[in-house]
Amino acid sequence: MFRTVEELVKIADTKHMPISEVMILKEIDETGKSREDIFEQMAKNLQVMEDAVERGIKEGVKSHSGLTGGDAVLLQSYIQTGKALSGETLLDAVSKAVATNEVNAAMGTICATPTAGSAGVVPGVLFGLKPKLNPSKEQMIRFLFTSGAFGYVVANNASISGAAGGCQAEVGSATGMAAAAVVELAGGTPEQSAHAMAIALKNMIGLVCDPVAGLVEVPCVKRNAIGASTAIVAADMALAGVKSRIPCDEVIDAMHQVGQMMPTSLKETAMGGLAMTPTAQEIEAKIFGFAKDGQK
Amino acid sequence: MKYRSVFDIIGPVMIGPSSSHTAGAARIGRVARRLFGHMPKKVTIHLYGSFAKTYKGHGTDIALVGGLLDFDTFDERIVNALSLAEEAGMEVKFIEDDAAADHPNTARLLLEDGDNKLEVVGVSVGGGKIEITELNGFDISLSGSQPALLVVHHDRYGAVAAVASILAKHEINISYMEVSRKVKGDIALMIIETDQEVADEIAKEIEVQPHMLNVAVLA
Repeated sequence: MFRTVEELVKIADTKHMPISEVMILKEIDETGKSREDIFEQMAKNLQVMEDAVERGIKEGVKSHSGLTGGDAVLLQSYIQTGKALSGETLLDAVSKAVATNEVNAAMGTICATPTAGSAGVVPGVLFGLKPKLNPSKEQMIRFLFTSGAFGYVVANNASISGAAGGCQAEVGSATGMAAAAVVELAGGTPEQSAHAMAIALKNMIGLVCDPVAGLVEVPCVKRNAIGASTAIVAADMALAGVKSRIPCDEVIDAMHQVGQMMPTSLKETAMGGLAMTPTAQEIEAKIFGFAKDGQK
Repeated sequence: MKYRSVFDIIGPVMIGPSSSHTAGAARIGRVARRLFGHMPKKVTIHLYGSFAKTYKGHGTDIALVGGLLDFDTFDERIVNALSLAEEAGMEVKFIEDDAAADHPNTARLLLEDGDNKLEVVGVSVGGGKIEITELNGFDISLSGSQPALLVVHHDRYGAVAAVASILAKHEINISYMEVSRKVKGDIALMIIETDQEVADEIAKEIEVQPHMLNVAVLA
């Protein structure tokens, strides 16, 4: 069916259908399941996402380490003051991305999109745009299929693993996926979706995976937050008619290349970057009772 | 294609915090448990690469044990897996191994219950997806991109036919199959990749056939 974004867009254009429909038809073909079953399964995932967002923005969950939690609540109260400089919609998406990752860090239930560490971007963007765009349940489910279609290309041609490709492969992929899905939800074309993904991913290339104390908390939660904002801005740019000079598939390839060149210390081993800062070392010693050189 | 379904990308629904280090680890533990057939008394787990460096932060140890207790990725009992294992009488030992592994997220599990032993090497490739690369010394190459069945059985005539006919009865098509054994007439292993998903009930139906030892489904 499709292996690249170019093929995905071409199928959508020639068959006059949205990207989400191409993904649904592929899923039916690949698994032999009915359209109803596939929709129902995605509806369940959507529900898990909504529950995590609600929990995060209302309860202000704290992680076991105490490193993260409560920021989604802070952001929601700030939005209520009407002083948000970046705009209510953008900041609402940011707060809901944070909410999801705070629940994840607290070992709560989430839906990986495409991974758990990057689970905030896609639902954050979707539920952040919900008040403005008023999508139907079906449109919200389709948003996830469109995200999935672009993620499928990245996963098969590059990587969605921080240990294999750095944070660019996780939050970077999620940001591109969300940007592409926003375009479809807002009424843009499949080609614009591809440009949105390319623009978003270009700005995440090179992002390393350097979790403090090896925990999916710092800087993961805030990278999801900014990822959500990048996704919406990239979608806006594509909807305005701005094009990526480098085609989406080539951006994905470039991301993959950069991931392979990245040293192991910056790929989810907590041996470099932010994880090796003095503060991070202190945090790690406090949580596990020893520093990385093994001293008690 | 490594990833086959949209639900490999939008999913799985899981307990946090990491799809590769938590959900993938739980799946590796669970496949090992399924292949063993029951709860082992003792498990030794070697962790390599990123697994070895960050397993405590990610709850990889908790998730592997959760899987060994037969919990799915979204089972909230995973959070308390270590104490639940202790209560159930399963002794678990973790070893951070410096040896080089082909993939950063690799775990080697040795399950024991008296003389009954099973060794499995699993790799978490990203987004919760796993591959099994070694089973009891057999090098296997389960891509994880297709639904798959792993069948440990006695090396006897008719065993392959019995499994194939059950799959045929349920209209499940075999896309790839490999049978290997170490010694004639001893223990053998079937690896069967299929076009359709294999339900747990079908795995159970296979398991009660003559000569079958253990059956595990890898979705």
